[in-house]
Amino acid sequence: MLRTIFIIIFLSLIFVLFAGASFAAPPIKIGAIFSVSGPASFLGEPERNTAQMMVDEINKTGGVKGRKLELIVYDTQGDATKAVQAVNRLIKNDKVVAIIGDSTTGNSMAVIPVVEKAQVPIISCAAGIKITEPVKKWVFKTAQNDALAVMRIFEHMKEQKIKKIAIITVSDGFGSSGREQLKLKAGEFGIEIISDETYGPKDTDMTAQLTKIRGTAAQAIVCWGTNPGPAVVARNAKQLGIKIPLYMSHGVSSKRFIELAGEGAEDIILPSGRVIVADQLPDKDPQKKALLSYVNNYRKHFKVEGDHFGGHAWDAIMLIRDAIERGDATPMAIRDQLERTKNFAGIGGMFNYSGQDHAGLTKDAFVLVQVKKGDWKLIK
Amino acid sequence: MTKEKRQITIFLIFSFVLLVIPFSLRESYLLNVMVFIGIHTMLAVALNLLMGYAGQISLGHAAFFGMGAYISGIFTTRFGLDPWLVIIMAALCAAAIAFAMGFPILKLKGHYLAMATLGFGIIIYIIFNETVNWTGGPSGLSGIPNLKIGELVFDNDFHNYYLVWIITLGVMLLSINLSQSRIGRALRAVHDSEVAARVMGINAWVLKVQIFTVSAFISAMAGSLYAHTMTFVAPASFGFNFSVELVTMVVVGGLGSIYGSFLGAAILTTLPEFLRVFEDFDIIIYGLMLIVITMFMPGGLISGLQLLSQKFFLKFKAKADKGA
Amino acid sequence: MDNFRQLTQYVLSGLSNGAIYALIGFGFAIIHNATGIINFAQGEFVMLGGMLTVFFLVFCGFPLLPAIVLSILIATVAGITFERLAIRPLKDAKPIRLIIITIGASIFIRGAAMLIWGKDTHALPAFSGNEPLYIAGATIMPQHLWIFGITILVIIFSRLFFNHSIIGKAMRACAYNAQAASLVGIDVKIMVMLSFAISAAIGSLAGIIIAPLTMTSFDVGIMLGIKGFCAVIIGGMSSGLGTVLGGLLLGLLEALGAGFISASYKDAIAFIVLLLILFLRPEGLFGKKETERV
Repeated sequence: MLRTIFIIIFLSLIFVLFAGASFAAPPIKIGAIFSVSGPASFLGEPERNTAQMMVDEINKTGGVKGRKLELIVYDTQGDATKAVQAVNRLIKNDKVVAIIGDSTTGNSMAVIPVVEKAQVPIISCAAGIKITEPVKKWVFKTAQNDALAVMRIFEHMKEQKIKKIAIITVSDGFGSSGREQLKLKAGEFGIEIISDETYGPKDTDMTAQLTKIRGTAAQAIVCWGTNPGPAVVARNAKQLGIKIPLYMSHGVSSKRFIELAGEGAEDIILPSGRVIVADQLPDKDPQKKALLSYVNNYRKHFKVEGDHFGGHAWDAIMLIRDAIERGDATPMAIRDQLERTKNFAGIGGMFNYSGQDHAGLTKDAFVLVQVKKGDWKLIK
Repeated sequence: MTKEKRQITIFLIFSFVLLVIPFSLRESYLLNVMVFIGIHTMLAVALNLLMGYAGQISLGHAAFFGMGAYISGIFTTRFGLDPWLVIIMAALCAAAIAFAMGFPILKLKGHYLAMATLGFGIIIYIIFNETVNWTGGPSGLSGIPNLKIGELVFDNDFHNYYLVWIITLGVMLLSINLSQSRIGRALRAVHDSEVAARVMGINAWVLKVQIFTVSAFISAMAGSLYAHTMTFVAPASFGFNFSVELVTMVVVGGLGSIYGSFLGAAILTTLPEFLRVFEDFDIIIYGLMLIVITMFMPGGLISGLQLLSQKFFLKFKAKADKGA
Repeated sequence: MDNFRQLTQYVLSGLSNGAIYALIGFGFAIIHNATGIINFAQGEFVMLGGMLTVFFLVFCGFPLLPAIVLSILIATVAGITFERLAIRPLKDAKPIRLIIITIGASIFIRGAAMLIWGKDTHALPAFSGNEPLYIAGATIMPQHLWIFGITILVIIFSRLFFNHSIIGKAMRACAYNAQAASLVGIDVKIMVMLSFAISAAIGSLAGIIIAPLTMTSFDVGIMLGIKGFCAVIIGGMSSGLGTVLGGLLLGLLEALGAGFISASYKDAIAFIVLLLILFLRPEGLFGKKETERV
């Protein structure tokens, strides 16, 4: 008797499994490569978390066109070799229809030849201008160009009548791209860079560079890097009693920076995506709704602030979802629809892709914020 | 069978298997993995010559790999030189640097040698990172052309597979020969006891410099191939971490064994694939692997395999004897 | 005047960093002197000190002093475990295997720290405030004084220990000739273990006192370890004072290199000096020449 019941249960289980598998449409596979570990993990980790969170969210509310999404994430550890291997695997083994990532400019550049040959669209989450300039048919990106952040800073300096500045940049991909843009755009705003210093990503003391800067006639300092370097710069600047204004990049626009820099963070000005000041935005801001939902959602899932790096992955997932909604779930259709994206209110800004522009943002994507009493304050 | 004959047979079987593999893997992702295994095998063999045969450690071998990659990348993209010519040039250049550096560096022993090679590797890495006008800096150098012979362009995994593996097999053959030659025997003597070797009239120092030079030559060649198959290079691929990864390949596979180098390269290259399930655990597993293998299997995995196969053969033989 | 102020700041910054390198280098020297091994995992003890203190202080809410003591204790136990499990079974191995095993251990400890505490960077509060102090127109933080003070204390203590206590002398005897030492009744195994314990303790102490300045995360150990190693090589393995001078010199070189030549190449400058010293005077600037033992 027991045996019969057992067999019946067993058979019905199998039937249910098979029925489930055959009735549900197969999921749409989306690949992702992020530098989850390694030196760029501060980018890759929130990006991975956000992408997974959004895909779960979408599936909970019925998926896309009745089909579930399946996200396949590989960690590239910030290494170009691993990135190329991972993309090959996504395309040839997992047969994904679109790819998100990588987190760094270098790795994004490394995988471009592979996706172009295989004709699969990729949305990079890195900021380097080279990724989408010149425009490549299959390559898009969501991270704001560094040039846009640089222009925001220089506009503010122009208002403040600052003419001579010193820059201190980190010698990794993020810093060298910022340094290049700072030097390139300074002339346009009538600003002269009179001191150009760098520091290593693992350096723990920048007093030497700042002392050198202090000895010049610079009226302001721009520091371009990601945690923890800029926090050291901020502390060292305070230690040396440097009184001129200190500007930072969007690379440190997370609460963590204020924690690390402590009192040194006070009065620092930096361009940032709107995400860190979401609650201070006017209600008519088109991005506000998306921003608040992202911030709350991320806090609920991961117990920490969502930052705008995670936002790059949020934008990429939602852009792909919208593209599939409008068209088909094939690489070609997704690419074509991505290019027709208009007025998409994301975390990074208002996206408008076109045949000539695969970065899709204007300098309005950045706002300037200042640290006041240990919190962000929107300027203007 | 004599020892020599057996070695030739093993090598021929090994080569044959590797050269027919692509026909069963055509257009598959594994073929791409095999290309990287080939490049890593070349590097591991090169480092093994130094570590396994001469008993000298290098914690900066990624520097020679990087030199090959960057010289190839820079001279083909910025000056439009013929890629094949540049490969030779890059390998010779790295060999010359190794030769010049080898004399003072290889005078050092043990831990001091490790530190000196580590320092050398870091200096070269800083140069890759900072000479932005040449190397493109930390965001890398892209647009490196694929290699070609006449009409045949090495721009897919199938072609690259043969390009990389034919050269790798050549390097392996050369290394096997080297280890059998007078130099190989002298090297082993140096490895066992340098003083004893010196007494027998072997100039250990010059010998070590020679092997260091050969090792750099092969590593740079692997670097050039890497640059042309990836069509992109960035400094992060040539840092201290990769040097340690190379040492791990050699140790895991087996010090002093050419096939061990292949095994080590294959394991370390495919390991991330298996570890994806355990995300974030890979770094711990690397560490454990290094510790456990160094402690319990000084001959590496290859010696374990040999032991197993010997046992198997013995059993088989015993059975056959009984049957007869 | 302004140039002079700049120079004093470079010198002061260099010396403060140099003291850190010296303290880390000290841990290397102790193990090397007792066993002839260079422990590539030394930097990880520095990391452990900082991360453990952050853990106890910030996450468990302990007061500063118990957090520090507990962290040093745990790091010391980790050092002893490492010696017991990985070094002792290999006591007669060639240097190449010992190097590899300490590298393996450093990777393992780093990976474990990443899994347990995550990848974030953390800061410790300074021991005595954040108001910079002025010395001849240059500034340093109160924390730097702690670093100088503790470095000096560690040196004095180790001088007394190695030259005047029975255990210290026994450890030196093991380093000089382990076989002879065991013949006169010294338990070499215990001495080796003790050297790992002391060196882990000093390393973690260094990690704790620098964390308020440099901040800490799971991967700070690599670079700090390498710098400490450089200090020891420059100064010479055999003498305690040499290590300190080596560290200070390295710090000065970096600060002056960054100030007057190029900040991008300051690490390269430090390593070129290291190579030159290894080539020209492998026993270190302040070390005594050793003869090779067969």
